[in-house]
Amino acid sequence: MRVVWSFLLVVLLAAIAFFGAEAGGQALFGVVFPYVAMVVFLVGIAARVLSWARSTVPFRIPTTCGQQRSLPWIKPAPLDNPSTGRGAAARVLLEVLTFRSLFRNTRSELRPGGRFTFSPDKWLWAGALAFHYSFLVVFLRHYRFFAEPVPAVVGWIEGLDGFFQVGLPVVYLTDIVLVAALGFLLWRRLEDARLRYLSLHADYFPLALLLGIAVTGVLLRYFVRPDVVRVKELAIGLVGLHPAVPQGISPLVFAHIFLVTVLLAYFPFSKLVHMAGVFLSPTRNLANDNRMRRHVNPWNPAIVGHTYAEWEHEFHDKLKASGIPLDEE
Amino acid sequence: MRDRGRIITGLAVFVAVALAPVWQAALHGAARRPDPKIVTTAKQCVEPTAAMRRDHMELLNAWRDTVVRRGQRTYVAADGKTVTMSLTGTCMKCHPNKKEFCDACHNYLAVSPYCWECHIEPKEKS
Amino acid sequence: MPEKTRDELVQIDFKPPEREWMDPAIDFEARRGTWSYPGAAKNLRYLGFPNPREWSPTDEDWQLPENWQQIIHDGLAERLNKYRSLKLFLDVCVRCGACADKCHFYLGSGDPKNMPVLRAELLRSVYRNDFTAAGKILGRIGGARKLTPAVLKEWFYYFYQCTECRRCSVFCPYGIDTAEITMLARELLNLVGLNINWVIEPVANCDRTGNHLGIQPHTFKDNIEFLVDELEGATGVRVAPSINRKGAELLFVVPSADYFAEPGIYTFMGYLLLLHALGVDYTLSAYASEGGNFGLFTSHDTIKRLNYKIYHEAKRLGVKWILGGECGHMWRVIHQYMDTMNGPADFLEPPVSPITGTAFTNAAATKMVHICEFTADLIKHGKLRLDPSRNDHLRVTFHDSCNPARAMGILEEPRYILRSVARNFFEMPENTIREQTFCCGAGAGLGNDENMEMRLRGGLPRANAVRFVHEKHGVNRLACICAIDRATLTTLMEYWVPEVDVSGVHELVGNALVIDGEKPRDTDLRGRPLAGGKGDADA
Repeated sequence: MRVVWSFLLVVLLAAIAFFGAEAGGQALFGVVFPYVAMVVFLVGIAARVLSWARSTVPFRIPTTCGQQRSLPWIKPAPLDNPSTGRGAAARVLLEVLTFRSLFRNTRSELRPGGRFTFSPDKWLWAGALAFHYSFLVVFLRHYRFFAEPVPAVVGWIEGLDGFFQVGLPVVYLTDIVLVAALGFLLWRRLEDARLRYLSLHADYFPLALLLGIAVTGVLLRYFVRPDVVRVKELAIGLVGLHPAVPQGISPLVFAHIFLVTVLLAYFPFSKLVHMAGVFLSPTRNLANDNRMRRHVNPWNPAIVGHTYAEWEHEFHDKLKASGIPLDEE
Repeated sequence: MRDRGRIITGLAVFVAVALAPVWQAALHGAARRPDPKIVTTAKQCVEPTAAMRRDHMELLNAWRDTVVRRGQRTYVAADGKTVTMSLTGTCMKCHPNKKEFCDACHNYLAVSPYCWECHIEPKEKS
Repeated sequence: MPEKTRDELVQIDFKPPEREWMDPAIDFEARRGTWSYPGAAKNLRYLGFPNPREWSPTDEDWQLPENWQQIIHDGLAERLNKYRSLKLFLDVCVRCGACADKCHFYLGSGDPKNMPVLRAELLRSVYRNDFTAAGKILGRIGGARKLTPAVLKEWFYYFYQCTECRRCSVFCPYGIDTAEITMLARELLNLVGLNINWVIEPVANCDRTGNHLGIQPHTFKDNIEFLVDELEGATGVRVAPSINRKGAELLFVVPSADYFAEPGIYTFMGYLLLLHALGVDYTLSAYASEGGNFGLFTSHDTIKRLNYKIYHEAKRLGVKWILGGECGHMWRVIHQYMDTMNGPADFLEPPVSPITGTAFTNAAATKMVHICEFTADLIKHGKLRLDPSRNDHLRVTFHDSCNPARAMGILEEPRYILRSVARNFFEMPENTIREQTFCCGAGAGLGNDENMEMRLRGGLPRANAVRFVHEKHGVNRLACICAIDRATLTTLMEYWVPEVDVSGVHELVGNALVIDGEKPRDTDLRGRPLAGGKGDADA
């Protein structure tokens, strides 16, 4: 089973970093790899986006999911069928922020007698949204390790996230949601026979990796509790470009960092580039103003069809016999 | 293509945001590592220093629960010595300098413990 | 009709096979009824397309060019640079599966490779192998496959088992459009001579004669005259459409099926009656005698080649603007490709209705207006005398055709018309109409007889929804604005819901339209009696 390999690989990666750090490789896992990964990530994403940008958009092909703008008394759907660039931008933005297309999701079922039923199915939408937003919050919270002084907004996010003040250190809601959402996304991939059929290593590995990151993070915060002052010194050293590895940091910290490192380096070469790609989808980011405004294809080939003159020439006698007017007599 | 400018702009913004901590470090200069100032002459806290660094929040939390919910006020440390469980009475006796002691690390890591939602902060000159 | 009964056909097994999807194996012999015959050599030769030959998918050797792998590799490389859509869609799919049960072919067949995600993976796996670092290094573990003959055969099977309906694209969080994938995959297949005759023959016909059906100009005229006679018989009104007339205000372009066979001809009669009643100055063209464009199912270059005639003819005839009939993929081309490919139409004028003075600002650049936009505007301005009771014998529902719905968004115009001309209008369930509409199962060139089992399977979700409103509301008429629908839904209904007939929207307009000098109408345009002898009183 593909899923098992992915999890084994993540455990192996974590173990390599854990024991590697313990054996004295802190500088490798704490400094060298993170720098390399960050460069790979940024250069890789940039290269990917630029490669998309290099490809042309010869035709304006929005998928219209609502009424077009036509006659003045017919109400158009400005978001689902935008006729302006602004509308298309709003469509993309809402797609990015609220996953509107996934929100449409339905589940079809075949009932006895060959009848299909279609019912709303918001689980994928909810799971995806829960994962992405909790991951975002967790990501932003980590800013406290990378900035001195810590911007106030990070504190506010943290305060909201730990709103219920349960446990000590205070339990973050997003930690629970993140692990639960990843668990759900993994579960549905395994539970649904057709999803299991189409899923690749490239689908399980990111889930396993993210779960690995989340679990090591949870272990660190709530159980291992490393010396965070030193962890922050490491992080600050990295971003200040004066890297130094303070002694006495738990090897689990290095396992956590290494999994993030792997995620960063893996990102540009994987399906995770949907993060950038979603902004560029020609079926979503173009306005449906095709008949209003001309769209230019930069490589429009010079193709001339069967001309009228050729056609008239070929059917001349028949045209004449049936009395259809001719250009030339 | 006229959208290439926009794509490259978006990409530049993304890279700039992704490197935000680097900009911030460059702007603010090297960060000081926190140096909590210990003003007492006592040799040891209620527990060994390493344990206190790691677990002080749990200890304080346990003290709070024991005192407030069960009314007991005596804490027996690992080495057998007993202390009165009191933030202001015990902790603050040795560490009256909240700003230089508690806040040093807490601010560094943006931790905001809710001790002072009930307790009155010691008056210090800043 | 296939040998399978309705009860047999609905025994759909959704359990994926044991065999992994990456290991292709199509037994074309066993799958007869689910694929289309290949393009005949004579058509390929006429068009100058590569590798003309007589062959069959059941052959072991498909007689490909010797360097076919290189041809496809180079073709894919070229298209990755030309089409951001392709590159992006191959890169960003996360295989979330939201599209899986949105495809009518998947729902009707249970074949997992009809899930849009896997249909795209057929191409994506080769893309990974040839163009991505991960695919090159990791091979099969990275989801990469070499382009073997078996993979190519699978491409032929599944990319000619997609109707380019775009329903999956509505649900995809990244808007990945399988129509785009299929169109470009078919371009690649065409490079090595893999195509189907039901696409290639209409393309060759259209290029030569002006229309898919290969109707030559004298026959075109005969057909029109026959329909004019029929229309006079039904209404007592003699209409006089002109052909290739210079100086007309409008050029009217319709899909050729509308002047060729039932039930399209009744829609055509509806158009003629409407334009006659208003005294519109229009002409038909025997040269630009096709609104549809099977180039869409072949390659972008072919779209341009066939679409060329419309502007060319409009310019020659000196018309002001162009009116277009009810056709689905035609409007995909007119709306999303025509101006870019064959424009700018700067020799035409921005379209203005000669009757109401309404400026069709939404067509200001292309200068081509959909007849439903034209008619809806007329009705709104009270320019038509309508007697909807003449459609009382019909209980109507409306099928949104894929392309007008999802590549244009003409949803309300036909509904407004239908509600104005008929009194019994019922919507199908909401997940089966508008942008979520289900395909007829036979678009994109798949509406041939040898593919019948797959058509009936693919059309099952649509037929299901029709059956629902038939049972609930007694619906007996399925209206649509697509010529392929009118042909293929008729077959579909005969099989799944035989009580329901199919027609265009303008057939119903023609029924309801009250015209000066008409005879008492006791039948509809099909010659069927009106409900309760209605009609004469209103004439």
